[in-house]
Amino acid sequence: MQIKTVAELAAEGKSPEVLFWVGCAGSFDDKAKKVSKALASLLTQAGIEWAILGQEESCSGDPARRAGNEFLFQMMALQNIQVLNGYNIRTIVTACPHCFNTLKNEYPALGGHYEVFHHSQFLQKLLDEGRIRIREEVFKGKKVTFHDPCYLGRANGEYLAPRAVIRKVFQNIEEMERHGQRALCCGAGGAQMFKEAEKGLKEVNIERTEEALRVHPDILAVGCPFCKTMLSDGVKHFEKEEHIRVADLAEILAEAAAPIPESESKN
Amino acid sequence: MYPATMKYLPNILFLMCFLAGSGYFAWQMRRIIRNIRMGRPLNLNNRLPERLKIMALVALGQSKMVRRPLAGVMHVIIYLGFIIINIEVLEIVLDGLLGSHRLFAPYLGRLYDVLIGSFEILAAGVIVACLVFLIRRYGGQVQRLKPTGDLKGWPSRDAVIILATEIILMTLFLTMNAADGVLQTRGVDHYIRAGAFPVSAGLQPLFAGWSEAGLVFLERFCWWGHILGILAFLNYLPHSKHFHIILAFPNTFYSKLEPKGQLPLDENVLKEVRMMLDPQAQPDSASSDTMPSFGAKDVTDLTWKQLLDAYSCTECGRCTSECPANLTGKLLSPRKIMMSVRDRMEELGRLREKHGPHYTDNKKLLGDYITPEELWACTTCNACAEACPVNIDPVSVIVDLRRSLVMESSAAPAALNAMFSNVENNGAPWQFSPADRANWIYES
Ligand code: SF4
Ligand code: SF4
Repeated sequence: MQIKTVAELAAEGKSPEVLFWVGCAGSFDDKAKKVSKALASLLTQAGIEWAILGQEESCSGDPARRAGNEFLFQMMALQNIQVLNGYNIRTIVTACPHCFNTLKNEYPALGGHYEVFHHSQFLQKLLDEGRIRIREEVFKGKKVTFHDPCYLGRANGEYLAPRAVIRKVFQNIEEMERHGQRALCCGAGGAQMFKEAEKGLKEVNIERTEEALRVHPDILAVGCPFCKTMLSDGVKHFEKEEHIRVADLAEILAEAAAPIPESESKN
Repeated sequence: MYPATMKYLPNILFLMCFLAGSGYFAWQMRRIIRNIRMGRPLNLNNRLPERLKIMALVALGQSKMVRRPLAGVMHVIIYLGFIIINIEVLEIVLDGLLGSHRLFAPYLGRLYDVLIGSFEILAAGVIVACLVFLIRRYGGQVQRLKPTGDLKGWPSRDAVIILATEIILMTLFLTMNAADGVLQTRGVDHYIRAGAFPVSAGLQPLFAGWSEAGLVFLERFCWWGHILGILAFLNYLPHSKHFHIILAFPNTFYSKLEPKGQLPLDENVLKEVRMMLDPQAQPDSASSDTMPSFGAKDVTDLTWKQLLDAYSCTECGRCTSECPANLTGKLLSPRKIMMSVRDRMEELGRLREKHGPHYTDNKKLLGDYITPEELWACTTCNACAEACPVNIDPVSVIVDLRRSLVMESSAAPAALNAMFSNVENNGAPWQFSPADRANWIYES
């Protein structure tokens, strides 16, 4: 699979149909890098002409903003907007709900106007258009539950797209007690990911993992790199990593998708 | 001359009470509005149809209350009781002013009976619902309503005062009807036959042996008690969480219409950032004589909408009961955040009333009312805003206070300062080189 940067395309006089905004976690975090790979292969499989910014991408500014550093957020945002507008980017897909929220809702006030998709939404579209084929037997008989990311769900009102994607692969979703609008946070948002939790009785990810364990899933599906980290840690805490797999929607879909012909899968 | 005055004495007395009650309320509302205006300006007079729709659904239709069915249904009964019985109060006020009795009866005919009958049923429903609420509050089954934590002391007493007052008012109303009913059957002058008494009929036997004078006294006593109670209750509202019966309407009307995840741009910061990025830019002279401040230290740095939020808070604790930080034992409670904003606003409002509109003491919302530990526990998950039955947004207050901590006092936790410098220098919250950003492509 060949991954191109927008700059490389520009050198060929082309511009991508879709920009894959990888995000910091997707670029540097081991668990999230797998999600980036999975999404990359799905986009290619669906025949999308896509590219990444590569070294020209920078932090969206979300963690700085939620932590109260509005200066830094605005600096990052203006810098990114300059790059995006310079390449005349119109459509963005990202596997990070925090980047999604920031690019979609907070960049317009600073001059960045794009059509932004969370990967669940984009994948749902591709599935609906029949551009990704599914082998239904891959996850047959497996039980799945879905943890709503706060920045996709409550923050942006999107509860259906991730479920629609999961339903293409699994017969049904075993919901946790708190799901949808009432879903409990994994504990990482608001820049908590980058600090120790305040003093308390329990970690939020433990509370959430306990709830997930109560439905006895084989797969705990997530749609956010931070949720993936927090819940993987939680599952490890309960020594359940042998039985429960924490996986992103893109990983699940990539595994269930019909294999890409040999010729394309090189590189 | 003398007898005429005597004859109108009750009317005059009533007029005075009514004017005093509503006048004092108007005066209190001026104080409330002045306090809300201490907040920063913000223009929310846009997208009116959408706003009206939200108000109709959330305030009038109570769409977010019924997400918890038992509390929701009980609340709807009390609320309908409140709204519908107001029609009866209109008649009571006019009767008081004109010296009439059941003024509307001759005009409405059968409909009047239906109305009075349904008021009675509602009144009984209100009493039952209030009793259930008292039991829930003091039975200890509902964590968020326990008289401890955020609700220790005054807030819990406030809740009991409200419930008890409603029970008393409804009891007065039903007792009045019962006495009236007996007087009507006895054909006493002035007590015209009107109304249906499906509930108070059950009380009538209690008064069967009473003399006519005793019954008239009881009926008048309840009538006066009921209307004076309502006027007093009206003036209690601005001191109470019960204020939400009025403010839920403007507060939902001015709901945040943007996606919940979207934070507002700090304009003061934008000016600075623009200047930093463009060295040619001149600081605009009009605003340069006052140092711009970033984020919120005190209630005067919040917007008027955030202050209206605080006055509208019902102290129901639905926010806190969904808050991941609070559920795991952290100090943060979004309900307490809103209660602190209100307390501080009232305090500063009182001081400014005394010492002039620009007075400031040496207290601040940040630090004296809300501590950094509370603020740093928030995951900005928006569970609180989602749960709030009157569309309050505690997250915006939390982030504004964080902005002040970070940008004014450089008081972020050390780990966050490290994250900031990574973002600034490496373009990522971790210490990776930006040159390695696309390496994941080649890793297997
Ligand atoms: S946004 Fe903050 S205060 Fe509100 S529920 Fe989440 S953690 Fe609690
Ligand atoms: S902020 Fe809303 S949910 Fe929280 S206590 Fe107040 S009214 Fe209830």
